Amino acid sequence: MKKYDYLLLRFGEVTLKGRNRARFEKAAVEHVRALLRPYPDAKVRREFGRIYVDPGSENAETLIPVLQNVFGMTSMSPVRAVAPELDEIVRAAAELVEAMDLKRETTFKTNVRRVWKQFPHSSQEANPLIASPLLKRFPLLKVDMREPELELRVEIRDKFAYVYGEVIPGAGGFPLGTNGKALLLLSGGIDSPVAGWSALRRGLEVECIHFHSYPFTSEKAKEKVIDLAQALAEYAGKVRLHIVPFTEVQTSFTRMGQDNLMITLMRRAMLRIATKIAKREKALALVTGESLGQVASQTLPSMNVIERATELPILRPLVMTDKDEIIRLSRRIGTYEISILPYEDCCTLFVPKSPTTNPNLRIVNKVEAMTPNLERLIEEAADGTETIELLAGGSRLRRDEADAESAIKQEWF
Amino acid sequence: MLNFDHAASTPVHPDVIRTIAEVMEAHSGNPSSIHRGGEAASKLLERSREVCAAALGVKSGEIVFTSGATESNNLAVKGALLGRTDGKVHIVTTQIEHSSVSESCRQLEAFGIETTYVPPEADGTVSPDKVLAAVREDTALVSVMHVNNETGAVQPAAEIARRVKERSSRILTHVDGVQGFGRLALDLNAAGIDLYSVSAHKIGGPRGVGLLFVREGAKLFPLLSGGGQEGGLRAGTENVASIVGAAKAFRLAAEGQAERFEKMKRLREKLVREVRRHEALTLTEPEHPAPHIVHFTFPGLKSQVILHTLEELGVLVSAQSACSAKTEKPSRVLSAMGRKRDHATSGIRFSLGDEHTEEEIRLLSEALERTVDRLAPIEGRKR
Repeated sequence: MKKYDYLLLRFGEVTLKGRNRARFEKAAVEHVRALLRPYPDAKVRREFGRIYVDPGSENAETLIPVLQNVFGMTSMSPVRAVAPELDEIVRAAAELVEAMDLKRETTFKTNVRRVWKQFPHSSQEANPLIASPLLKRFPLLKVDMREPELELRVEIRDKFAYVYGEVIPGAGGFPLGTNGKALLLLSGGIDSPVAGWSALRRGLEVECIHFHSYPFTSEKAKEKVIDLAQALAEYAGKVRLHIVPFTEVQTSFTRMGQDNLMITLMRRAMLRIATKIAKREKALALVTGESLGQVASQTLPSMNVIERATELPILRPLVMTDKDEIIRLSRRIGTYEISILPYEDCCTLFVPKSPTTNPNLRIVNKVEAMTPNLERLIEEAADGTETIELLAGGSRLRRDEADAESAIKQEWF
Repeated sequence: MLNFDHAASTPVHPDVIRTIAEVMEAHSGNPSSIHRGGEAASKLLERSREVCAAALGVKSGEIVFTSGATESNNLAVKGALLGRTDGKVHIVTTQIEHSSVSESCRQLEAFGIETTYVPPEADGTVSPDKVLAAVREDTALVSVMHVNNETGAVQPAAEIARRVKERSSRILTHVDGVQGFGRLALDLNAAGIDLYSVSAHKIGGPRGVGLLFVREGAKLFPLLSGGGQEGGLRAGTENVASIVGAAKAFRLAAEGQAERFEKMKRLREKLVREVRRHEALTLTEPEHPAPHIVHFTFPGLKSQVILHTLEELGVLVSAQSACSAKTEKPSRVLSAMGRKRDHATSGIRFSLGDEHTEEEIRLLSEALERTVDRLAPIEGRKR
């Protein structure tokens, strides 16, 4: 027998009220569908501002961690669906409590809603009829009508009665993409993937841009960034990654004899290229993993000078977040292990001994004006951008392709 | 020849041989090189690690490839004790471990490390209570094998690890899984086992590859230093082709475990009945026997004589374990079980493999019968 028949997904009041409701619901359903792509037997149903997932032949418990990544979802409950008869309802309720494996005294109440009026007991009458056998069977349960730890809900309809109690927290935020599109500057580090996830969670559609300086950075560094974008795609369902050939721009600065401004100049050039790509892709903002004061380019004076290179708003989800917390989040979303792989990205190259923490905008402007062909190099870099599309569950496919390229056969393992 | 010495080494699975040949032919890169050839080799290595981790139910970062279980056991025992700064200098192990564990403990004596060797009960099984009683404040490691390689006695390794961890989570638990892996189920995570040794050539893989599972967070002192391979725990260019082949063998062994267990258990029961028929033979009867080992003694005769007689009849078996078969000394394991000298010098081990069927058991039974017929009168005359 299946332990649960449905998963009930709830969305916050904020997201599901008013004129935006239909749009939000649609986005949420699409996101659920994208995440369930690897589980083709699971069915998705939309009803009264909620989403029901019927696991079909899949195991509901394996779908729970997958669905916890649905943005905008505040919580989820595994539901039993039984015949609308008192005995059946009590039995299902007892099984649910059993599955919770209570270890200590737990306060609870039942909350019955009779939608099908032919059911012989009113909502009022049904409450004690369901609660008392449970109290008898589970001595650890104590009634608390006001703030129960466990609220056992029963919804009686003509075909089925739905019974559920457990409430599993969701990712929160807004349904995916309902707040528009932004372009994430994705390095190989710990912060930017977390910033990307935060942006996704807040309802942004995210495309990624990465700056690659081959041969100064290796193919492995690029692979690593693709893996990070893939990790984000597992949350978003789909992510596009733009890889910019940055070597020419970067090396042009090394000849300017302004070593301590190197990072400032590089970051500004990146923003200029990112702005061009953002416009092309109709993204309305740039997202970075910057956290105030973390490195020389993330001091307030640095941010001030760097940011002037773009007219787009820069969203910095982590700007006030401590490193420990960022690391904790990156572990949770599964990007930490990829981020700590030791391949250099272009930011760690040509790093001067003492990068400035307080760049002078006037000098920066002057150096940029003197850098030969800078405008053209930036233009060429943007034009030479390679774009790849990553889909949830696609790591397998990408790996097969990479294997074929390096003459590795699956049947060897 | 009938090979009934699978506990010593198994024939290599044909798919594994093919894999190794193909990988050797197609890939000659060093996994540490950063050019394409190196990257491909490094990918092969990491994929093998994932496959092995899945076979053991652990994370791939927890797999260290070695040259075999002897090295894995050396790394587990010495690595756990050397270079410690917490003053813990004590090991608890048993009197029936493989020599790669017991000799490692003995070598450590020179470094001021003490070992308590817990004796087995008369049936060859170590009592968890006795192991726990030997644990001290300064115990750093408890090492107990899963299946004794000589008698086939299944040790309560999981229970011991679990109880040691309950006592102190900081004591490392090591299980030599060489004879158990692929034959018995063992949940490393549920038992709280920190270190687990396996060898490829005992389960249809190539000789020269083993692995040590090292639980995340467990600190070991590396025995081989150099280029920092295997997470710094085992320097040296990796044996890529054999490791890929070994990964396949580990996967096949883990996938077929339940089925293999049932099949071997049936064949073993048949064989046990045959041994029991002969009065001259004393069957070794552990409380929980491994499905692939039948052990008996033929008091009055030397193991070697029995072994060679069987060999003349076309059957390959072992006396004691293969590693110590060439000595004429009484078996260390049987002596520890309290067996008299005439038993401890006359042990014979039959060990089953995947290719065996009832037919091979029948042929072996015939050879055994003829051996007993030939040797029993000689033994009788000596009395």
